[in-house]
Amino acid sequence: MDDRKTIGLAGTMAGIALAAGGAAFAGFLAQRHKQGDDDAPLYTRKRPGTDNPIVGRTVTIRKPREELYEFWKDFQNLPSFMENVESIREEGDARIWTIKAPAGRTVEVRTKIVQDTANQTIAWRSVEGSDIDTNGEVSFADAPGDRGTRVSLVMFYDPPAGELGRAIAKLFLREPEVQARHDLKRFKMLMETGEVTTSAHTNDATRKAKQQENEA
Amino acid sequence: MRALTWHGTHDVRVDTVDDPEIINSRDAILKITSTAICGSDLHLYDGVIPGVRPGDVLGHEFMGEVVETGRDSTLKKGQRVVVPFTISCGGCFHCKIQQYSACENSNPAEKQDMSATLYGHPMAGLFGYSHLTGGYSGGQAEYVRVPYSDVGPIVIPDHLEDEKVLFLSDILPTGWMGAENAEIQPDDTVAVWGCGPVGLFAIQSAIVMGASKVIAIDHYPHRLELAKQLGAEVIDFRKTDVREALMEMSGGIGCDAVIDAVGMEAHGFAIDNMIDIAKQKIGIGADRASALKQAILAVRPGGRVSIPGVYGGMTDKFPLGALMEKGLQVRSGQTHVQRYTKDLLEKIEDGTLDTTFLISHRLPLEEAPRGYKNFREEQDSWTKVVLKPGMEQEQAA
Ligand SMILES: [Zn+2]
Ligand SMILES: [Zn+2]
Repeated sequence: MDDRKTIGLAGTMAGIALAAGGAAFAGFLAQRHKQGDDDAPLYTRKRPGTDNPIVGRTVTIRKPREELYEFWKDFQNLPSFMENVESIREEGDARIWTIKAPAGRTVEVRTKIVQDTANQTIAWRSVEGSDIDTNGEVSFADAPGDRGTRVSLVMFYDPPAGELGRAIAKLFLREPEVQARHDLKRFKMLMETGEVTTSAHTNDATRKAKQQENEA
Repeated sequence: MRALTWHGTHDVRVDTVDDPEIINSRDAILKITSTAICGSDLHLYDGVIPGVRPGDVLGHEFMGEVVETGRDSTLKKGQRVVVPFTISCGGCFHCKIQQYSACENSNPAEKQDMSATLYGHPMAGLFGYSHLTGGYSGGQAEYVRVPYSDVGPIVIPDHLEDEKVLFLSDILPTGWMGAENAEIQPDDTVAVWGCGPVGLFAIQSAIVMGASKVIAIDHYPHRLELAKQLGAEVIDFRKTDVREALMEMSGGIGCDAVIDAVGMEAHGFAIDNMIDIAKQKIGIGADRASALKQAILAVRPGGRVSIPGVYGGMTDKFPLGALMEKGLQVRSGQTHVQRYTKDLLEKIEDGTLDTTFLISHRLPLEEAPRGYKNFREEQDSWTKVVLKPGMEQEQAA
C-alpha cells in the first residue's frame, strides 16, 4: 500500500468522528436487537428520512454454525469476500481495517472486539484513531432442518456531524447497505462453493483486477 | 477468438474478442463444436430483454470439447460435453433440492440487484442472456468459460454425434419440464400453444408421457406439419376459433392441461395483443401474453397450466378471475436442466427421443447474423439453426 494515498483523517477528523463515538456505541448496543411493535428486525423499519444509521442483512448458508464462525473469527479472512476491504491486520487487541476509498485512496478503521461468543456472535467497535466511527455485529443461528446457518450482519455507522462529515460519510460509506448485502452474498458463495462467483471472461476483467487498475 | 456479439436491436455481429480464461478453480474452458440459436435469443435480438450491453457474447445452447480445466473441475481435457444453459453451483439450498435454475450463488453478487428488484428475488446465472442473469459470455463463439463445471456439463459418449445431443442444453429439457409441469395423466387431452422448438419437444414429451390426445396450436404450416408428424392433432389459429375447437376436440370438457410454449412475443390478432405489441414497441414493456390468456380460458376447471414460454415483465388484462374461479394450478419457471440431462440422454441413446428432425439449417459461426435474421423472419422454414465454429463457409447447408 502506498502511504501517500492514505488520507490522514486521523489528524483532521478523528476528533469530530469520535466525539460522539461512545454515545453512539451505547445507542447501537441498545438498538441492535430492539424490536418495535412487531417482530421484525429494527433495520427493516420503513424510514421516512435516510438517517437511520443501522443497516443489516441475513443470509442462510448451507454450512454448520461452527465452520462459519471459525472463518469469520479470523478477521484476515474477511477481505476475501469484503470487496472494499483491502486488508485487516492485528495490532495488539486492535484490528486495523484498510478500506478502499475513491480515487485509489484508503482509509483506516481501527476496531476492537467487544463481544465474542463462540459459534454465536462476534461484535466489534471502532476505537480512538479510527477514521470512521462504526460498530458491527455478525451472528450465527441454526436454520431449520438441514438448511444450515442463518447469518446476520448488522452494522452501525455514525457519519460525523456537519457538512464536512456528510461529505466524508458519502465518500467512504457510499451505500453501506448495498456493500453489506453484496459482501454477505460473497461470504455465502465462498462458504457454499469455495469460490466467489464471477461472470468475467478473462482474469483482467474481474472486479478485483478492475479495481486495482482504477487504483493505479 | 471469434464470437457473436450483440450491438443493438436487430444488430448482431461476429467480432474478434478476448479468449476466455480459467478464473476460478471449478471452471473449465470449452472449444465449441456446435451451438444453436434459441427462440429466446430472438427476445434479445428484438431488444425486449433489459440489461443487454453492446459487445455481450450471446448463446446459451452449446456443446464442445474440454480444452482447459481449473484445479477443482471434474472434467478432463478431450471430453465432449453438453452444457446446461442454467448455471448452478451445486452447493446451495436450491441446488440441493434440484431447483437448479433458482441457484442462489451463480449470479455474481453485484449483478443480483436488478432481478431482485424486478422479481423480489435475484435470478440465477444463465449463459449469454443479459446482465440480469449475470452477464456471462455465451457459447455462440469459438470458446467459452464454464463456471461450476463439476455440476452442469454432461459427458457425451463418442458414438453420439453433436446433433443428437445438443438440445440437452436447453430446449429438450425445457419441453420435457413443460410437459412434466402439466402433470400429464394417461387419459388426458393436452393443448400446446406454439410449435417452435420447445413446443414441439413438449408435444413429443407429452406423447412419451402417455397423453391420450395432444393438440398443437400455431399458424405456420410447416411447424404444424412437424407437430402432426410427432402425433399431435393441429389447429391453425388464423383459421379456427381456438377455444371453441378445443372444447369440441375435448368432448366439451376442456383440456386437462395446457402448455404455453410461446411466451412474451405472442403473435395473434386479439385486441389486447395489439395493445401489448404497441406498448412493447414504445418501451413500456408489457409482455404480450395472448397465448397464455387463451390457454387459461381453454383449460378445464381444476386443470393444469404449464408455462415454459419466457416472460420478463408484466402483462395487462390477465384473466385472473378465470384462474381463481376455475381453480387452476399454474407451474412455470426456467428449466432445472441438470435435473433432466441424464435421463434424457438415456432416452436419446435408446431411441425413445430423436430431436434431430428439428434442425433446418447448419451455418458456420461467421454467418450467425444471417441465421438470426432468417430464424426471426422465416420462422416457418427456419425451424432451428445450428452454428458450427469449425465449419468452412462454403460447407453451409
Ligand atoms: Zn434456449
Ligand atoms: Zn446453487
